[in-house]
Amino acid sequence: MRTPGIQKAEGNASGRAFAVVLWILVAAAALGTITASRRWWLPPLASVHGAEVDRLFYLTLAITGLVFILVQILLGVFVYRFSAPGGGRAASWHEHRALEVTWTLVTAIVLTILISMGGLVWARIHQPAPAGALTVEVTAEQFGWRVRYPGPDGKFGRTGPQFISAANPLGIDPADPAGQDDIVTLNDLRFVVNRPVRVLVRSKDVIHSFFLPHFRIKQDAVPGMTVEVWFTPRSTGEYPLACAELCGVGHYIMRGQVRVVSPEELERWLQEKRG
Amino acid sequence: MSTHTAHVAAAHKESFLRRYIFSMDHKVIGIQYYLTSLFMAAVGGVLAMLIRLQLGWPGSSGIRPDAYLAFVTMHGTIMIFFFLTTILTGGFGNFLIPLQIGARDMAFPFLNMLSYWLFPPAIIVLLASFFVSGGAPNSGWTAYPPLSALKEAAPGSGLGQTLWLISLAILIVAFLFGSLNYITTVLTLRTRGMSMLRLPLTIWALFITAVLSLLAFPVLLAAAVMLLFDRIAGTSFFLPAGLIVGGKSIPSAGGSPLLWQHLFWFLGHPEVYVLILPPMGFVSDILSTFSRKPIFGYRVMVASIAAIGFLSFIVWGHHMFVSGMSPWLAMGFMTTTLIIAVPSAIKTFNWLATLYRARIQISTPMLFALGFISLFVTGGLTGIFLGSPTIDIQLHDTYFVVAHFHFVMASAALFGVFAGTYYWFPKMFGRMMNERLGRWHFWLTFLGIYATFFPMHYLGIAGMMRRIYSPLLYPHLQPLQPLNVLISVSAFILGASQLIFAFNFFWSLFRGEKAPVNPWRANTLEWTAPSPPPHGNWGETLPTVHRWPYDYSVPDAPEDYIPQTVPIAAPVAGGAGPDGPHVGRSPVEDARRGPNAPDQVDQTTRGT
Repeated sequence: MRTPGIQKAEGNASGRAFAVVLWILVAAAALGTITASRRWWLPPLASVHGAEVDRLFYLTLAITGLVFILVQILLGVFVYRFSAPGGGRAASWHEHRALEVTWTLVTAIVLTILISMGGLVWARIHQPAPAGALTVEVTAEQFGWRVRYPGPDGKFGRTGPQFISAANPLGIDPADPAGQDDIVTLNDLRFVVNRPVRVLVRSKDVIHSFFLPHFRIKQDAVPGMTVEVWFTPRSTGEYPLACAELCGVGHYIMRGQVRVVSPEELERWLQEKRG
Repeated sequence: MSTHTAHVAAAHKESFLRRYIFSMDHKVIGIQYYLTSLFMAAVGGVLAMLIRLQLGWPGSSGIRPDAYLAFVTMHGTIMIFFFLTTILTGGFGNFLIPLQIGARDMAFPFLNMLSYWLFPPAIIVLLASFFVSGGAPNSGWTAYPPLSALKEAAPGSGLGQTLWLISLAILIVAFLFGSLNYITTVLTLRTRGMSMLRLPLTIWALFITAVLSLLAFPVLLAAAVMLLFDRIAGTSFFLPAGLIVGGKSIPSAGGSPLLWQHLFWFLGHPEVYVLILPPMGFVSDILSTFSRKPIFGYRVMVASIAAIGFLSFIVWGHHMFVSGMSPWLAMGFMTTTLIIAVPSAIKTFNWLATLYRARIQISTPMLFALGFISLFVTGGLTGIFLGSPTIDIQLHDTYFVVAHFHFVMASAALFGVFAGTYYWFPKMFGRMMNERLGRWHFWLTFLGIYATFFPMHYLGIAGMMRRIYSPLLYPHLQPLQPLNVLISVSAFILGASQLIFAFNFFWSLFRGEKAPVNPWRANTLEWTAPSPPPHGNWGETLPTVHRWPYDYSVPDAPEDYIPQTVPIAAPVAGGAGPDGPHVGRSPVEDARRGPNAPDQVDQTTRGT
């Protein structure tokens, strides 16, 4: 029977070409990743819990990387080895209980281990913030971050949309004494090195996302909700705050700046702002 | 039976309008869906090129930020809903279901026609949004409110967003008509001998896909109508109190933006399986045909499709790990996400085992099927990063996610579409596609996809956010620009190589070599009908099924394939396992289905 479309004599060569290209791809992916890890990689770590996030990332990368290489190479090997021009029959082999049980169990076990480790770290990250943490409120708006420190009383004043004005962008209730000493900045965040910081994430208009890439922190800012995240900065320096959730035409310019400083420097800066 | 022949003849005398435009023939409707979706793929593809133009050269592309966001939104919307969903279920589903189960048409041909004819209005409404004041929506394909709910929030959140919601609502109704039809057809119109466990995996996949669509899309429809009400009727389903947008106070109260995310992803996650299950089915069948070997682990493959279908309804929260949802819920969604990875892995191992000790014949459909496996593995593995909420903190809403879903869902599904096209084109149009052009198309697309999407993982790891107009304002993202240029150039090559496919498709339509009935020497029923099949698909009698669809390389059989219609001869030595799905039709089935199943089918067709 004539079978257009199948060039039988080509079966071998084309199959081998596919296999070889696939192997080259695997090598390119591996080399590419090694190259990228030197130039285009996780931003330098600046938080304590981030070490655990990174460890998990590298473990997952090692396991998935290994599976990626093995499966792609095996796919190539099978196509290379069993591409056949003309004649002969394939094996009539289409069930193997032991093999199937094995690969199902191995997959399930590896995934269970990986995900349980992830779950444990996740649970630790979401423990309540330790006492003595610095508290900062960050309110997102199109397209900037209003940052509020509670002042010496340690309390934030009440807010309400009816009080919002150009001079009072957060709408702090002028009648609330707790709000009198609150300090509000735009896109300017300061944390203290090695002191846990509790960030209350809010939004005035649409959904934004409070993303500190160097601190391994991301939390959506949802209007109508106040969501708390906490972490401990571990090295001084300047870091970007980015918006990670599409929030409108200025999404890409919604940048803030984080400075991790000594306790004295923070105090001096807060006083300056109050004064 | 002669009345049926008369009916067939009468159908052939129908006017051009009835035969090709307002047709109730599943094959014509399938091809209409296919070609319309292909047009939308071209639109979505051009938008992708514009996105890459901007990201490759952010200073000098001439694209405004709101236009950029409109392109991003419409690229995603079109590719997911108006191309992949429609071409896989509307196109291939319509064409293949009756032909592979041995039916003359769908259970409800009129509903089927109606389903298609809702598609062009949906397209017109969607594309109209480009031309209204404010332009197309800016809120992404996920349309998170309040951004998508308030016209003050973005230029595209004006009339453009309203049109987007109306268009989606129309299209969802089309999907629901289609799904009802596919489910009913598979359950009631299978020909004599076609038990559920003799269905090709393509049909199993399309069947489960239809169940997913039927259960998931109504939720999005409801959510879309609620959002529409928030926009035009003053309700506050998704809007909390106290919103201040652009200095203006919004009089909303009591709604929740997270409610939309729950409703959206309750559809959204089954939706990605709507896009990947049919290609998994196509690839299983194509792999088996060109390996000349039965698919490995047929029953487990069926069970995996069903398991994935079920689990896809309880994993949606993994899109919301950092959304503000309770972190303890994340633990539950993390667990279900882990479980759904297992049937996906099993399918991959089964495909590999199918290739083991095969006699592989390389052709364009087979190359795309093999490419599918490679892409699915790559994209599936990166899903393990994102399924872990801890790692997701860093990678969520970065280009790592873009890379992940472009491999596992977009590219893999696209490869399913291409594999299916090259494989079934002869049956759809009676001509072969050009093999040489097909291979060029494969190589450029396969390498183009890796070159475009693999480096996006690095962008994401380095912290580049999704949907940003330019990363250059961030000092830590500036060093990524060479990568962005590389990605853009690869994307242009990838886009341009699709012209080879377009040329091959239309050239072969008119000039391709005439196709025989069964060019690939395959077993499933569509290959027993003429190429292309006439109205009613088969002549006087419908085929009777005697075996499963995977009798390839049965020892001692005269050929290396045995079509499903070939009766089990008493001594096919060692051919089939003692109790495999490929033994003769059981008396139980006879009793259940009755001896006159084919006649019932005829009546249905006549009734139209």
